[in-house]
Amino acid sequence: MIEFQNVSFSYGEGKPVVEHLSFSIQEGETVGLIGANGAGKSTIMKLLLGLLSGSGDILVDGLPVSKQNLPAIRKKVGFVLQDSDNQMFMPTVYEDMIFGPRNYGLSREETEKRVDSVLQTLGLTELKHRYNHKISGGEKRMAAIATILAMEPAIILMDEPSTALDPVNRRTVINTIRSLPQTKLIASHDLDMILDTCQRVILLSHGAIAADGDAEVILRDKALLEANRMELPFCLQGWHR
Amino acid sequence: MDRLSQAQSELREMDALAAMDSPVHRIHPMCKLYVTILYIVTVVSFPKYNFSGLLVMVIFPVLLFQAAGISVKLCFYKLRIVLPLVCAVGLANPFLDHTPVLRMGGLVLTGGVLSMVTLMMKGVFSLMASFLLISTTSIDSLCAALRKLHLPGILTTLLLLTYRYIGVMIQEVAVMTQAYRLRAPGQKGIHISAWGSFLGQLLLRSADRAEELYSSMRLRGFQGDFHYADVPACRVSSLLFAVGATILILAARYLNIAGLLGSLVMR
Repeated sequence: MIEFQNVSFSYGEGKPVVEHLSFSIQEGETVGLIGANGAGKSTIMKLLLGLLSGSGDILVDGLPVSKQNLPAIRKKVGFVLQDSDNQMFMPTVYEDMIFGPRNYGLSREETEKRVDSVLQTLGLTELKHRYNHKISGGEKRMAAIATILAMEPAIILMDEPSTALDPVNRRTVINTIRSLPQTKLIASHDLDMILDTCQRVILLSHGAIAADGDAEVILRDKALLEANRMELPFCLQGWHR
Repeated sequence: MDRLSQAQSELREMDALAAMDSPVHRIHPMCKLYVTILYIVTVVSFPKYNFSGLLVMVIFPVLLFQAAGISVKLCFYKLRIVLPLVCAVGLANPFLDHTPVLRMGGLVLTGGVLSMVTLMMKGVFSLMASFLLISTTSIDSLCAALRKLHLPGILTTLLLLTYRYIGVMIQEVAVMTQAYRLRAPGQKGIHISAWGSFLGQLLLRSADRAEELYSSMRLRGFQGDFHYADVPACRVSSLLFAVGATILILAARYLNIAGLLGSLVMR
């Protein structure tokens, strides 16, 4: 469903942020993208969405990421941004939710049906006509996910979906991610959340893949994680006072 | 609440006002836009000494404010920064025009004073009408109406995005000002030596935010033209409002309503 073939990218003349990267993600997989700050997680997502362009080939559902394919690719791929304030730019949750579907030519009635169905699935019906600036951080994150789901994407990319959330809201987001049937790529430092939601993990280090495999195996490998400026998830640390 | 947070909340309050429900809010945006333009053009077209004729024109926005459930006081409060500027426009008139137009005992009212007052009234009435329009019509509906009037999409998109980005910019200023204040206790405002870097940072930060927002829009299919709120078909009531308002506004302009009322009272 997603394929990176020998992809490299650098900002200007600087050191490559992503170097000779190759991996593929199958339909229905939930993959965690982990790595220290500057490892290239967000860059990979931006390359996949055509917001940045580097060398090598990126394929989404068989379509190469190129200028002419961008509308089709962006229709298939939904991106939940790290900062929900940057995602929710319309006055109300409802207006934000209809933004994508309307741009893709859906009628008002069809859009309305989708919005209601997504809000109901996520248990957010009471947020529908609320102003974005009047909802809490947790509600905003859920609403941001709802705006993406309203587009019915086949693939969902999430950049740090659990940051700045209290434990209850974090759990709500985790449960939501687990319930979504789409192919998902989640970039995060929250390794507990990754362990909870992903079957597979790609560990990045300086723009290259340091490990790619079963989440349970990689996230239990203390030496591997520490060698890449990470540590075991809290739930596996056996922490005692 | 500091001034920036207040500015932010006032901006949001405008959206909340526009989302209210009242007979005026329910009028078709195109009809409201047309009537507002007609009203402003008519107000501006009054001769400079026609004080009584112009005074009658205040009835229109005041009545509509009542019907919309928005207080006139709120209008003046929101316009408090612009109103003095509008009023300042005619300040030079008393010095330029000394023609006596009215004598009351020993007092002489000159044409300059009268034209200054009418000029101020024209400005204030026009602002009231504009405020009435934007406080009863959402920016999306307004842009949709402008698009229906075949205004180029680039202009309406620009208008809409500017409106949205004002909020983003205020947010960035608020965050930066707060960070500055926390590290400069006891200082009033931002020191002049920091203005350059402050503005530079503000520019970079708002450009970054704008870029992120724009990416988010593009990723959801935005290709330069907004799909504005669906403007419903123009109802008979809206058309009646437009026709009625046109008749009343033109009557106020070309009939001496103040004189007629005066003669009725005198009789």
